[in-house]
Amino acid sequence: MSVRYGILALLERGPMYGYQLRAAFEESTGATWPLNIGQVYTTLSRLERDGLVRSLPETDGQRPYEITDAGRAEVALWFATPISRGDRPRDELAIKLALALTTPGVDVQSVVQTQRSATMRTLQEYTRLKARDDRPEDLSWRLILDAMIFQAESEVRWLDHCEASLVRYRPATEPTSTAAAASAPAATTSAADAAADEREEAGSR
Amino acid sequence: MTVLELRDVHRTHGRGEAAVHALRGVGLTVAAGELVAVMGPSGSGKSTLLNLAGGLDRPTQGEVHIEGQYLGSLNRRELAALRRRRVGYVFQDFNLLPSLTAAENVALPLELDGVSVRKARAAALAALAEVDLDGYAERFPDEMSGGQQQRVAIARALVGERRLVLADEPTGALDSQTGEAVLRLLRARVDAGAAAVLVTHEARHAAWADRVVFLRDGVIVDTSGPLPAAENLLGAAR
Repeated sequence: MSVRYGILALLERGPMYGYQLRAAFEESTGATWPLNIGQVYTTLSRLERDGLVRSLPETDGQRPYEITDAGRAEVALWFATPISRGDRPRDELAIKLALALTTPGVDVQSVVQTQRSATMRTLQEYTRLKARDDRPEDLSWRLILDAMIFQAESEVRWLDHCEASLVRYRPATEPTSTAAAASAPAATTSAADAAADEREEAGSR
Repeated sequence: MTVLELRDVHRTHGRGEAAVHALRGVGLTVAAGELVAVMGPSGSGKSTLLNLAGGLDRPTQGEVHIEGQYLGSLNRRELAALRRRRVGYVFQDFNLLPSLTAAENVALPLELDGVSVRKARAAALAALAEVDLDGYAERFPDEMSGGQQQRVAIARALVGERRLVLADEPTGALDSQTGEAVLRLLRARVDAGAAAVLVTHEARHAAWADRVVFLRDGVIVDTSGPLPAAENLLGAAR
């Protein structure tokens, strides 16, 4: 998403000037997304260029902006369109785990556990903010907090899933020649047996 | 004040080749005012830990103490009495007796312990008030929602002098809003002085705890405590 749609949506409430827009934006996002005033004015001038807002005569040195019909159509379209997951930044964690799996000497289980504890700690802190409940009537704020909570939770679930997959994971033996490749299934089986033995040993300790 | 302490607890089921090592050297301390969540995949030893903590099962090795009392030194009868007086359970399916009212369900552990009916009822009404169920005393379980029944179960778990709550997936049968309300209530009761161990597989619910313990193959592999400054976190989330 961009600041662009946020500002357009806010102007649906009525004409506002830059500082008012900034305050309203921060208020409605629970102060999780701070804007500088320069960003607001740059965005407003682009929106004006695209015919989505128009500037009104200055009063007391402030220039208010109002939304146009084209702008209203744009906002309606935005609300009606689901956010594509592909539009979000690439997931560094997924890439890190994929690399951990193929990098020699990396204990992938401990990478998973380290991340899970960190995410869990974050989740505990979000929950603590929520538990304080000093803004029970502020639904916008709660929605944003819940969004962060559910995202953190899904990361923990995904890490649980990764861990379960790791338990079953048997790295394929590097095929160095055709002969080695042909004997690979046997090698994989014995590696699996060895791992199973190891687990039994660990269990009886 | 320490309410629950597990010292190097082991639990092995069966012996020889077929032995299953459910817990292998677990240490855990839960103080009054503390909520500890236990997370782990199925088979990691969560239920065994909860059963040992509540004196429903005995460790193969190691010690369990409840409010300073070493459970290993108690005979069967004494252990049962300690469980009635000190430990409350909260289960996924509420486990209320359907033929008893909310107040009767909550009073039951006290009455079984020889407390007079009148005193037990007074304590039950007080416990129900603490979970915001004033006015529900005469309702039967099937006249209450799942969330209300679970609140009755929490009242029962903390009635009288009971201070230790062992909760096994208490939100498992509830929708997310109701589940959250139950966790919020449990958190409030702990803040008021109870000690609780919460077994759950939902991170969102475990997050209400002061500490989250990760159990794998009968061993605690990690513990996640809270960061000091919650206020800075929104900044970090940008």
